[in-house]
Amino acid sequence: MSPEWQTVWLTLKLAGITTLTLLLVGTPLAWWLARSQHWLRQPVFALVALPLVLPPTVLGFYLLLLLAPDGALGQLTQSLGLGTLPFTFEGLVVASIIYSLPFTVQPLHNAFITIQERLLEVAATLRASPRDRFLTVVLPLARPGFLTAAVLTFAHTIGEFGVVLMIGGNIPGETRVLSVAIYDHVEALEYTQAHWLAGGMLLFAFLVLVGLYSINGRVTGGVIR
Amino acid sequence: MTGTGIVARFRCDFDNFRLDVALTLPAQGVIALFGHSGCGKTTLLRCMAGLQPAEGHMEVNGHRWQDAHQSLPVHRRPLAYVFQEPSLFPHLSVRGNLNYGWRRVPRDQRRIGFDQAVAWLGLAGLLERMPAQLSGGERQRVAIARALLTSPQLLLMDEPLSALDRQSKQDILPYLENLHRTLAIPVIYVSHSTAEVARLADHVVMMDNGRVVAEGPLQETLARTDQPFALEEDAGVIVNATIRQHDAHWHLCRAEFQGGSLWVRDEPGLAVDRPVRLQVLARDISLALAPNHDQSIQNLIPARVTGIAADQVPGTSLVRLAAGGTPFLARLTSRAAHQLQLTEGKDVWMQIKTVAIVD
Repeated sequence: MSPEWQTVWLTLKLAGITTLTLLLVGTPLAWWLARSQHWLRQPVFALVALPLVLPPTVLGFYLLLLLAPDGALGQLTQSLGLGTLPFTFEGLVVASIIYSLPFTVQPLHNAFITIQERLLEVAATLRASPRDRFLTVVLPLARPGFLTAAVLTFAHTIGEFGVVLMIGGNIPGETRVLSVAIYDHVEALEYTQAHWLAGGMLLFAFLVLVGLYSINGRVTGGVIR
Repeated sequence: MTGTGIVARFRCDFDNFRLDVALTLPAQGVIALFGHSGCGKTTLLRCMAGLQPAEGHMEVNGHRWQDAHQSLPVHRRPLAYVFQEPSLFPHLSVRGNLNYGWRRVPRDQRRIGFDQAVAWLGLAGLLERMPAQLSGGERQRVAIARALLTSPQLLLMDEPLSALDRQSKQDILPYLENLHRTLAIPVIYVSHSTAEVARLADHVVMMDNGRVVAEGPLQETLARTDQPFALEEDAGVIVNATIRQHDAHWHLCRAEFQGGSLWVRDEPGLAVDRPVRLQVLARDISLALAPNHDQSIQNLIPARVTGIAADQVPGTSLVRLAAGGTPFLARLTSRAAHQLQLTEGKDVWMQIKTVAIVD
């Protein structure tokens, strides 16, 4: 595989793993945020939204400190025999999950709060258990939210730069993703290669959004309306 | 696992009121939970279903749903619930909505067939439609069929007609009456409409401020003068009668009840020997000490005063009467009651201005 294609593959792999993990983690979190009356709800909501407003370098900086060999999480991963995460692909996955969390949770949350409590009550009186109600009422009704969440998370992970640079560096085949590669090309004045990658990403982002709008008809997600 | 009937005891504090109810009800026919909005009738219904967590005791035909130690979750209680709004699943067709509960009931516990429910509620032509393509009345019929298809042991209905326009109401009522005759499932029906209660109920529970203030068979309960809350304009009684005679010339027919006969306007479908329910409102009865035929009112019935109580409206009295075995209520000004020297046991003539056929 040429280095360019290796970069593309690594980027897609990172975005794919991040999206799948976030859908699994983000769904219960978004459901809790949408339904709970707990006092922790607002603080957790703010915490989830932090990556939207923080400069990625700030996030990356603290993650680097936490995951470093003498950081709190770094010591944990070492004691579990996982080694240290910075400058590895796994480290990138962890960082991406945190960085893209709001892009999963917010569209899901918005989809969940529009589902009337009444429909769940109806399903309960029709003998559906809580799990059954989630699978047969919530999931189908929140489908546009799931689509929005998946697409936004995927696209946003592909486009991240600051966090990647802070936590992953620029190791070909391990942590060198598209956005970093473009930066390198520009630094080296290799505008042709930069054009290919940048133009490709532009086209990709456009096609993703066109597809999303046409499938959902009306995007009900949180970030774009 | 013995005993028949519905036992419902709940005591529960909410933000603005306390629900404190202990009821033992017959497990048959239609039981109306009746009262002004805010009296707690919907809350009580939700407690029975388990939708509203509350301490209490709930038992249907010897099957305990809730007691001090345990409480079955809603989906384990063999009940059906029809909400005020139809609340159909918007992502499922009519057929999908009907199937939702039907599929979740084990085959050997199904006592109502899919086609049966579809026929009862006249849904045959609508099965492939989506909820958004239905009228309000059609949606509520789907919701009722969907509830029935779980073959419940208790059917709870929370003002199922109140969100509908007049025409849809008139369209659905016959279906409800029909179910009541065809099904052996007890129905608890929340309503604030006297007309609906008069038409559908066999048994009435009147509620006010979170408590039961009167309870019993429909006729007896409506004829009580000590109802702690005013039925206002709607106070009146229900009379069970049978059509006995037609007067084609004057478009009238004679309905006989225990203790007399009432002339009512003839309507298509009122065949001789058909049982009817008549509603006579207290404000439509005036009293006289002797029969007076020099006036327009056609229904003159001898009766005996069995009780007098001050009405909620100042200056008016509710007079309880009996014509044979049938109770009536009349509303008079207190001055009129005084001038006629009405006392318990006095014989009077009821002049009944309007009689409505409710069923």
